Amino acid sequence: MTIGTSERRFGGYERVTGSQQFVADISLEQMLHVKLVHVDCGHARILSIDTAQASAGPGVVCVLTAAELPQPMPRYGPVFNDRPILAVGETKYHGQAVAAVAAESKAAAEAAAELVRVEYEELPGVFTVAAALDSASPLVQEPELRPDDPLNHTNVLREKRFGWGDVEAAKADLIVENVYMFPMITHFAIEPHAFIAAPEGGGGVAVWTATQNPFQMQRILARMLGLPVAKVRVRAPDPGGAFGGKQHPKYEPLVAFLALRTGRPVRLLLTLEETFQEVRRTSCEIRARTGFHGDGTISFQDIRSDFLMGAYADIAERVIDKSNYLACGPYRVPSSRTVVRALFSHTTPSTAFRGFGTPQVSWAHESQMDDAARRLGMDRVEIRLRNLARKGEAFVPGDTPADGDWAESVRKGAEAIGWGTPLAAGRGRGLAVAIKASATTGASYSIVRLHWDGSATVLAGTSDMGQGARTVLAQVAAHELGIPLEWTTVVMGDTATVPFDLQTSASRSTVFMGQAVMRACQDINAQLKQMAAELHATDAPVVELLRARFSEVRGEVIGVGSYRSEYQPDHPLGGAPSFYEFTCTASEVEVDEGTGEILLVKHVTVADVGKALNPQHVEMQDEGAAVMGLGHTLMEHILLDESGRIRNLGALDYRIPTTKDLPLEMHSLLVENGDGPGPYGSKGAGEGGLMATAPAVASAVTEATGVVIRDLPLTPERVWREIHGKGDA
Amino acid sequence: MRIHVTVNGSPRELEVAPNTTLLDHLRDDLHLTGTKECCDMGECGACTVLIDGRSVNSCLMLAVEADASEVTTIEGMARDGRLNALQDAFLAKGAVQCGFCIPGQVMAAQYLLQRNPHPTLAEVREGLSGNLCRCGGYVQICEAVLAASEFGR
Repeated sequence: MTIGTSERRFGGYERVTGSQQFVADISLEQMLHVKLVHVDCGHARILSIDTAQASAGPGVVCVLTAAELPQPMPRYGPVFNDRPILAVGETKYHGQAVAAVAAESKAAAEAAAELVRVEYEELPGVFTVAAALDSASPLVQEPELRPDDPLNHTNVLREKRFGWGDVEAAKADLIVENVYMFPMITHFAIEPHAFIAAPEGGGGVAVWTATQNPFQMQRILARMLGLPVAKVRVRAPDPGGAFGGKQHPKYEPLVAFLALRTGRPVRLLLTLEETFQEVRRTSCEIRARTGFHGDGTISFQDIRSDFLMGAYADIAERVIDKSNYLACGPYRVPSSRTVVRALFSHTTPSTAFRGFGTPQVSWAHESQMDDAARRLGMDRVEIRLRNLARKGEAFVPGDTPADGDWAESVRKGAEAIGWGTPLAAGRGRGLAVAIKASATTGASYSIVRLHWDGSATVLAGTSDMGQGARTVLAQVAAHELGIPLEWTTVVMGDTATVPFDLQTSASRSTVFMGQAVMRACQDINAQLKQMAAELHATDAPVVELLRARFSEVRGEVIGVGSYRSEYQPDHPLGGAPSFYEFTCTASEVEVDEGTGEILLVKHVTVADVGKALNPQHVEMQDEGAAVMGLGHTLMEHILLDESGRIRNLGALDYRIPTTKDLPLEMHSLLVENGDGPGPYGSKGAGEGGLMATAPAVASAVTEATGVVIRDLPLTPERVWREIHGKGDA
Repeated sequence: MRIHVTVNGSPRELEVAPNTTLLDHLRDDLHLTGTKECCDMGECGACTVLIDGRSVNSCLMLAVEADASEVTTIEGMARDGRLNALQDAFLAKGAVQCGFCIPGQVMAAQYLLQRNPHPTLAEVREGLSGNLCRCGGYVQICEAVLAASEFGR
């Protein structure tokens, strides 16, 4: 029985011996090396680019600028085709490439990139929410890129409204109104982004990229290159961490054009600093007005959120749709009005990031709950239990009802943190919840090949970026086929080999691909049953049956499975969430009032996963997410200067948690009620651990110190200033 | 320039440019790509190797500086395809997620256990504080190091 067992990671041996091949570890014969050329500010008009000296450099094969690319410049993006291959006329963010050099060696490319002379004029930029909304500010995006959009003369990409009931008419004994800020943070996958492209026989192109989304990449490249989909092969070696940052195209189109231009393989390895300049989480300002009755029940939520995205739309519309949809959290809210805007700025394009807008809105709705509890003299856990939607309750009217016993998670978290037990001096506890709408529409396909000796090869388009999808899918196949786990191999990451999968995102793979693999195995089992009947051997073990039918040379059984959730045009998300990812986080902290430093004494996360197919994999992801959440809670934020340059660019100045930032004690608890849509009652997991970190820790800090902080991160300086009444600097 | 180094137990005579880092030399010239490149400034620990048994960020060292020394990389940890106790503990404890930082973590842990065969949890946290893991698998990584130290007891 492999399901529910903490099997060792598939690909683990390769990862501890250094033989795992990431994109940067792949080297092709005759490969050229690419270096990008940037200008040193956020927003600039490009006056001229002189490539003569660079082109004459030793080993230089090609210097590409916008002028050498097809006109008009091909543009791309997951939703809007707005991002150019290289900057055209203007740079829109600090770090955007204006030229690319391809040379025989890394050193030659770097040297030649230094010789590209770019004359530019710095322009005023939009770097904040206030600037984006100021009609006197420059437009980040040219109106002609979205000609039919009534907002095209503003820096607003989209404004969305959602809600129910009548907020204006709602009565309340207490109204809590506050503004919350969530900073820009970067993914900081330890593997910087890396891209390889090579011409392929038959007029095609192959691209190697650490993507979570090889099929989207294939579709976009095919359109840009004017090639049939079948002529674009995207190979996606397991990413070295992704967290949403490797979901959508970055410089894949550039390397594809360079490979076709030079007729040779080309490789572009971004530095960590360049990677910082390409991906980040959407920062956010949220104004929340929440009405409560005297007994602590919520009367209404009235929330306005402004998400500051970067220079291109990327997936921002989806981020605001999903976060706004559940901006009220997992609570019973009689009346709700939520308005959200996605704003352009001259900054790094924001993209998908673990939690996808949820950590931002939970920072607001959970801090509001705490504020109300304090003012009403209520216990902070009790006020949550009083408002949490019960299992089966349609807390978003007309949509997927609450699909878990969420109060059970809260009670578990409260108990584990010792809620209500005496606290040492200088300490405080906090508890918070969060909920994310999982995958809505989309399809996953799998092909499973049962070989003549009873072993099986599973083909799945999922990307294993650390979450362990390969292991869990193997467990599903082994269980369904009744074969030992060691007899299964899972093939992923190659659009020429594996069938379509929408993407590896939104914690969808266990549910969607898990179901597809399960159904492919059921397809095989049905064929085996028929085979047994034909051979008059219904009682024979499978392996004997296979040997009898195929021996070593006459074939195998192929099963096909798919799982899809249909598009619903009238649904605000295009479809009902397949499940909700629910988390409860509880934290105990000790604050040093002399320095403002926060010591995490104990940190607990509770994940409602339906069924943990591999408990160790679930726990490692949930704890990992919690550690990541401690980053944006305690230390991480991208700081910009007046020219839109990242001031803390790189590992030295942008701190992420290390072993020394860990809580003294950390626990990940699971709730397993078998109530999910995935195989064996599973739900997706892996994002929850960071969705409620900030409000849980901040609530604990408030209990310890008496100060309420509504801006993140809770750096020692900020905490010290609040304690000592100095305000923000 | 010509240098003489022992790489994972094999004596080698190598030609290197004077400005090549040890990291680039290992990855690009010797094709030992198990050692990873991330920050390239000695902050992340992904490129950790052992030089004469001491842990070093190979991005901060020139290849020529390794002359006459013994270099051990992640490829030198397993013997005849068999994982050493540390590598095995990383897998048993679920310390490996995406895996990109893991070679550096294993090398840093190897150095830690050489100096201090039976560290406390606090000593493990201190010893691995220079190795970033964005998957956040630190709890399991520290457990793995402690388990490997128990194994050697």
